[in-house]
Parts: sequence; C-alpha cells; structure tokens
Amino acid sequence: MLKVKDLHVHYGAIHAIKGVSFEVAKGEIVTLIGSNGAGKSTILKTISNILKKSGGDILFLDKNLEAVEPHKIVEMGISHVPEGRRVFPGLTVYENLQMGAYTRKDKVEIASDLEAVYKRFPRLKERENQSAGTLSGGEQQMLAMGRALMSRPKILLLDEPSMGLAPLLVDEIFNIIKDINKNGTTILLVEQNANRALHVSNKGYVLETGKITASGKSSDLLNDDKVKEAYLSA
Amino acid sequence: MDVELFIKQIINSLNTGSIYALVAIGYTMVYGIIRLINFAHGEIMMFGAYFAFIIATSIPVGLPFFVIVLVSMALAALMGILTEKIAYKKLRTAPRISALITAIGMSLFLQNLAQLIFGANPKVMPQVISNEPIMFGNIAVPQVMMYTISMSIGIMILLTLFVKKTRAGKAMRAVSQDKEAAMLMGININGIISLTFAIGSALGALGGIFYSIAYSQVYPTLGVMTGLKAFIAAVFGGIGNIGGAMIGGYAIGFIETMTKGYISSRWSDAIVFGVLILILLFKPSGILGKNVKEKV
Ligand SMILES: Nc1ncnc2c1ncn2[C@@H]1O[C@H](COP(=O)(O)OP(=O)(O)OP(=O)(O)O)[C@@H](O)[C@H]1O
Ligand SMILES: [Mg+2]
Repeated sequence: MLKVKDLHVHYGAIHAIKGVSFEVAKGEIVTLIGSNGAGKSTILKTISNILKKSGGDILFLDKNLEAVEPHKIVEMGISHVPEGRRVFPGLTVYENLQMGAYTRKDKVEIASDLEAVYKRFPRLKERENQSAGTLSGGEQQMLAMGRALMSRPKILLLDEPSMGLAPLLVDEIFNIIKDINKNGTTILLVEQNANRALHVSNKGYVLETGKITASGKSSDLLNDDKVKEAYLSA
Repeated sequence: MDVELFIKQIINSLNTGSIYALVAIGYTMVYGIIRLINFAHGEIMMFGAYFAFIIATSIPVGLPFFVIVLVSMALAALMGILTEKIAYKKLRTAPRISALITAIGMSLFLQNLAQLIFGANPKVMPQVISNEPIMFGNIAVPQVMMYTISMSIGIMILLTLFVKKTRAGKAMRAVSQDKEAAMLMGININGIISLTFAIGSALGALGGIFYSIAYSQVYPTLGVMTGLKAFIAAVFGGIGNIGGAMIGGYAIGFIETMTKGYISSRWSDAIVFGVLILILLFKPSGILGKNVKEKV
C-alpha cells in the first residue's frame, strides 16, 4: 500500500533522513521506533508532503506522491495525526471533527462517520461544544485521532499517540489503535514506546539518526538482543 | 437642543465608527491568518474609492449605487489577492520584519501609483447617493450615513455568520490557529489566504467608498490617516479578533467624534493616538484579546 524507497530529507544543511526504505502492506500495523531526533516525525511529514524530500520515492497505492499537492494527500486516503495532537484549540470538538471531513462532500456518510467517532470516543460526544483547547491531553489525542478518521483514510499515520499520557490512557489508546486496524484501516505507527508499539504491530523498523538499523516481524524484534538492550530495557 | 446635538454626535460616531470597523476588519483578518500587519490595507481602501469614482464618472448611464459598490469591492478584492501573491507569499517563512517592511513598501508603492494614475489633487466624488437628508423629527441625517451605518452593520453580521458557520469560515479559523494541521486536513492554505485577503480588501474598499462619498472627494493619501485609525481600532479590539475590530472601530469612532464635538477637533487625533498608547501600555492584547482564543 505504502512504499518508501531510499528517502532522503534535508533541513537546510542538516541531513535528517539518509536513505530510508520501508513498506506498509494493506491491513497491517507497521511501527517505526526510535529515540528522540531519530527522524520519525520527519518521515511522516514527508509522506504527507508538508515537507519536501530531497531524494527517493514515496508510492501510495502505486502512485508517486511527488507531484501531489499537500492538500490533495488526504483525498488520496492518507490521514496524519501529528505529534502533539495539534487540534484546533479555538474550534469546538465538533468543528474539529468537521475539519477532519473537510475534503468530503457526502453529507449523509459524514454524519454516520461522526456517530461512529462519537461511539468510539464517548468523551468527545460529551464535550461536543467545548473548545478543543480546554480538553485534557488524553481527550485531545482522542480528538486528533477522531478527526483523522473523519476523512475515511485508507492509511492512518500516527505520530507518538501515547506521548505524555497516563499509563491507563496509554492502554486505552493502544486498544483503540488495534480496533481501528481491525475495522480495516492500515496503520503506520511512530512511537518511542517501543515495547507497546511492537506488541500491537505486525512489522517494525528501528530508526537511528536517519537510518534504519533493524527491521522485521515485531515479534522477532521483541526478542532481538540489540533492540532489547537499546529500546526495551527501560 | 442639547439632546438633539448629542443624538447627532451619536449618529456621527456610528458613521465614522462603521468606516473604521470595515477597514479594521481587513487588518485584523490578515493579521489573524498570516500574522502580518498589512500596511498596504489603507491603500486598498483608497483604491476602492477610486474604483467607485472611475465607474461613477466614466459610465454615462447612472448606475445604481449597489452596482458601483459591488464592482469596486470585487476589483479591490482582486487587488488584495494580487498584493499577497506578489509581495507577501514568498515571505511567509521569512522573518516577520521582512514582511512588515515589504508591507510598508507596498503601501508607498500603491500611494505613488495612485498619484501617477490619478494625479495628486483630490477629485470630486460624484453624488452617487442622494444628498437629500432624511429627517427624524428635527434631526437631519444625510442618506450616505444611513447607508454607511446600515450596510456596515449588515455586512458585519454576515461576516460573523460566515466565519462561525460555513465550511470556508471554519477552515479560515483552522488555518489561523495551526497552518500545518490545517494542511493535514486537506485545506488548501493558499486558497484560504487569498479568500481572507479578498474579504478584507472588499470591506476596506467599502469603507473607502463611504468615506469618499461623505467627504465628496478622492485623493491618493485618503487611506493614510483613516487606515491608521482603523489599525488602531484593530489593536484596540485585539488584533486578530474580528469582533474586536468591530468594537474597536466603533470605540475609536465614538472617541474621535465626541472629542471633536465637545472638546476640540484639534485634539481628536491626539486623543485617538493617546488611546493606542494606553492600550499598548495596559492591555497590549486589546480589549477582546485575552479570553477569546478564536483568531482569524
Ligand atoms: N524544522 C527543523 N529544522 C531543522 N532541523 C530539524 C527540524 N525538524 C527536525 N529537525 C531535525 O531533524 C532530526 C529529526 O527530527 P524528527 O522531529 O523527525 O525526530 P523524531 O524522531 O520525530 O524525534 P522525537 O521522538 O523527539 O519526536 C533531528 O535531528 C531534528 O533536530
Ligand atoms: Mg517526532
């Protein structure tokens, strides 16, 4: 479904991504793990085309994303939940969700998807008319995910959805991720919480300073000594 | 007698306030969306007045006022969009001071362009609205004031509904709050920025047209003082906040008119600028700048 081939990204003179390749097949959860500054967010932003790559190719459903304008990416079926949630603080919960469906015209379907999001996240329904800036971190994460689902994505890019959340909430978020995937959405999950990420995913890639240093089935990575030492010991 | 004069001053305040509010909205919307104080906005207002002047004087059949206004507003909107595309777009990621200096340059450029095309001397604005006043008891209110006040309030209500309720209005607020996240929603940022410039410029032009009809003249520096006061109005209300710009416009209109009427017209500008200084000292975010998060 998504193929990234020999991707290079620069920030000015900084070579942040140095030839990264990976693949996400339909129906999978694939995780990209790595510590601070490894380049995880950079890769997701480049897929969404809000960052320009300096080399390589990104193919989605065999179409090269090179010439696709950033605002057309969503219509193709890619939805990105950015790091730090990035909900629109001055918009209500409901309006945030409407923005998620910005590219869609099918009113009836949008309404039913909205109901589905409210069913998945009942707390959002309760806070429908509250401005998003007043939500707690966990609620904002749910809103950001709900908002992304409102575009009916084929693939969901999640950037550190568990960041800064209490353990109980982290469990909840990972359960939701599994559930979204069960309902047919492919997921590319970026995480620092390697242990949890490898437990929910089918496949994993380890990113270190802009390069992939290990990859494989998530169950294998969980038992890999190097991965264990670097990412799972704490 | 005293009461009548006071009512007249109130009406004058509403009239001046409407013009300031219309122009202030353009400053505030553009600031909200790209965090730029668009110094050329006063010049768009001036060009709006010239567009109306050209249409009214060059087309022999007496076009209805509304047609003149709508065409002028559309031309001003186009001009606003073009200034952004030509002068500001490339500077979106540049340091803010660069864009600010460019805006000042744009303002001077447009002033001089107007001088070049129309000459430096004021032109007489034709009487596109009947100058027969309307009597309310003993109080005579010029028709242009009636138009100014009622149309401005009507348009501001429409704008508020647009921003609050429509898909594009919500997208505008989303872009002003977080451009990158807005992009991830599939919102075309460039389109929304153009739309913002178009609306702001059209309303500014309307302000310019009312102003030039009220004073029966058009001149290249028409947007300088009025634009500056409208800018003060926008800061007064909390720059970036549309409701604030409206309130600020009427507040500045009121302060100025009352000073002129009851103290001295020599003092009015000084007092208006004094208000700006006080606001900047004690409530730099403006009167609505604090508790209201929505910024467009
Ligand atoms: N806007 C930027 N300008 C310059 N350098 C940047 C910029 N954004 C990121 N970088 C650099 O690129 C590298 C990768 O950053 P990125 O944000 O992708 O890391 P990350 O893996 O998402 O880290 P984290 O887990 O902390 O979110 C880092 O070295 C970072 O300093
Ligand atoms: Mg990151």
